[in-house]
Amino acid sequence: MTISVDIRHRLGAFELDARFASEGRLTALFGPSGSGKSSLINLIAGLARPQQGRIESDGRVLVDTEKGVFVPRYKRRIGMVFQDARLFPHMSVKNNLNFGRWFTPAGERYVEMDAVVELLGISALLERRPGKLSGGEKQRVAIGRALLASPKLLLMDEPLASLDEARKAEILPYIERLRDEMKIPMVYVSHSISEVARLASDVVVLQNGKVAASGPTVEIMQRLDLLPADERGEGGAVLETRVARHDEAFGMTVLSSVAGEIRVPRVDVEVGAPVRIRIRARDVMIATERPKGLSALNILAGKVASIDKGAGATAEVRIDCGGAVIMARITEQSRQGLKLKSGLPVFAVIKTVSFDQANTAAGLRRELDA
Amino acid sequence: MNWLLDLTPDEWNAVHLSIKVATVAMLVSIPFAIAIAYALARWRFWGKTVVNGLVHLPLVLPPVVTGYLLLLAFGRRGPAGAFLAEHFGIVFSFRWTGAALACGVMGFPLMVRAIRLSIESVDRKLEAAAGTLGANPLWVFTVVTLPLILPGIIAGSILSFAKAMGEFGATITFVSNIPGETQTLPSAIYTFTQVPGGDEGALRLTLISIVISMLALVASEVLARRVGKRMDIE
Repeated sequence: MTISVDIRHRLGAFELDARFASEGRLTALFGPSGSGKSSLINLIAGLARPQQGRIESDGRVLVDTEKGVFVPRYKRRIGMVFQDARLFPHMSVKNNLNFGRWFTPAGERYVEMDAVVELLGISALLERRPGKLSGGEKQRVAIGRALLASPKLLLMDEPLASLDEARKAEILPYIERLRDEMKIPMVYVSHSISEVARLASDVVVLQNGKVAASGPTVEIMQRLDLLPADERGEGGAVLETRVARHDEAFGMTVLSSVAGEIRVPRVDVEVGAPVRIRIRARDVMIATERPKGLSALNILAGKVASIDKGAGATAEVRIDCGGAVIMARITEQSRQGLKLKSGLPVFAVIKTVSFDQANTAAGLRRELDA
Repeated sequence: MNWLLDLTPDEWNAVHLSIKVATVAMLVSIPFAIAIAYALARWRFWGKTVVNGLVHLPLVLPPVVTGYLLLLAFGRRGPAGAFLAEHFGIVFSFRWTGAALACGVMGFPLMVRAIRLSIESVDRKLEAAAGTLGANPLWVFTVVTLPLILPGIIAGSILSFAKAMGEFGATITFVSNIPGETQTLPSAIYTFTQVPGGDEGALRLTLISIVISMLALVASEVLARRVGKRMDIE
């Protein structure tokens, strides 16, 4: 078990009462602000002491209030990347990176400077001072610094939340590389569905200090009811696919999945590479017969698996396409008009342009799991 | 200009002694001031108000009173003085070391205040980050907190040095005014003003004292600027 948490902790009127365990490569702690994500991750890092409970990581008990166990933060070997980078202003980037290394016994170091500098693309920054770096650069250095302490677990507390969209897009690929190339289990705190859908192997959903659900990303993402009301439009299915071929003439990539071929805007990865896509429920149309004369390129055949009542006058339809689930959100009027019911054969229609950078991402490289 | 540099041996002694006393007072104060400032800034403990009051006492008491209290405590027959003389061979009364002690005590509240302010302004999140990187509290203090409060330590040290250069009342009360042993610049100037024809000597030492104080100020500016540039705090 990579990490298991079972704690109760009261902060004023707020009560954190969370229990979960995860073996995932990257476990996302997902929830709206104020749901207790950051408090929880601070408890795991040892930045706060829970009033009651037990935290275990990699078979090692870090906290057990019953037995009076509390491993101080500097002995946990748990790396942490903070939202506000927290680089040491009086040290060069290089010394910031080396900081954790100094305190790691030589025999326990498994990460090397050169590898990290290359992985994060920060070789040009080494001699600079943190004050002179951009927000994205700072965050990359902060990730490198945490890595070079050779942690047994890497925690990331909304590392992208204070960055603009362009900077986020700059850093996300590095986090993906980290997840795929370094064998460090990660816990990633986020309130952004697109980040979670893109990065996480497992998701723990927190609501009001309690775990509302936890499980593999693909399953959790289909639960639109878990999403905060203002983010529900972002919800949908997550699909693991592979690159079948690139269509250079039209600047598209054809992905193969159990649901069938899906055309998305050109993705810059080699043929055969895993790609994870997120299909927002609101982007999916339903047809009861194969549509003709339609601009949308992706038409997936399937069967209605279930229909739930959505927010307002909407219905959330789960469509089983060859084993994969596609979510569609349609109006109640359309549902009645099409006479949708469980088991009805339908076609899910998705426009290629509804996929943007944020919802097509390098998928988890499964072969590394072996 | 010659008359300015044409100092008598006693006057040279006073200049030399003043610099020595002020430097020693400053350097010895630094570790104690850091410890006290840290405790006052970071810890909550019983009697904190009393400690804070004691540290600031020399600032509000008449210097003569501080000097007399030092005499009572650190004089040959004072409890602290007798103990230190017996166990460590450190004697304060009527020695330059006593002058340094008096100057150190008088400058201590200024140094503690400057350092305490800089400790309070340190971003504790940086210390937490250092902890997650494997640094124990002592290392965190040494490699994160201490460098970050360096500007405060420099500022406090200069204040303490300047205070020591000008200290008169406590010094003369505690260790008297012995040429070559406890006669610092202010005491020497005072002595000149008390004898007929001493005006020229008093003026000479006054000018020297101004030059030394200015140099100290400029040095601190330069030092602080260099540290500031190196830190580049956002």
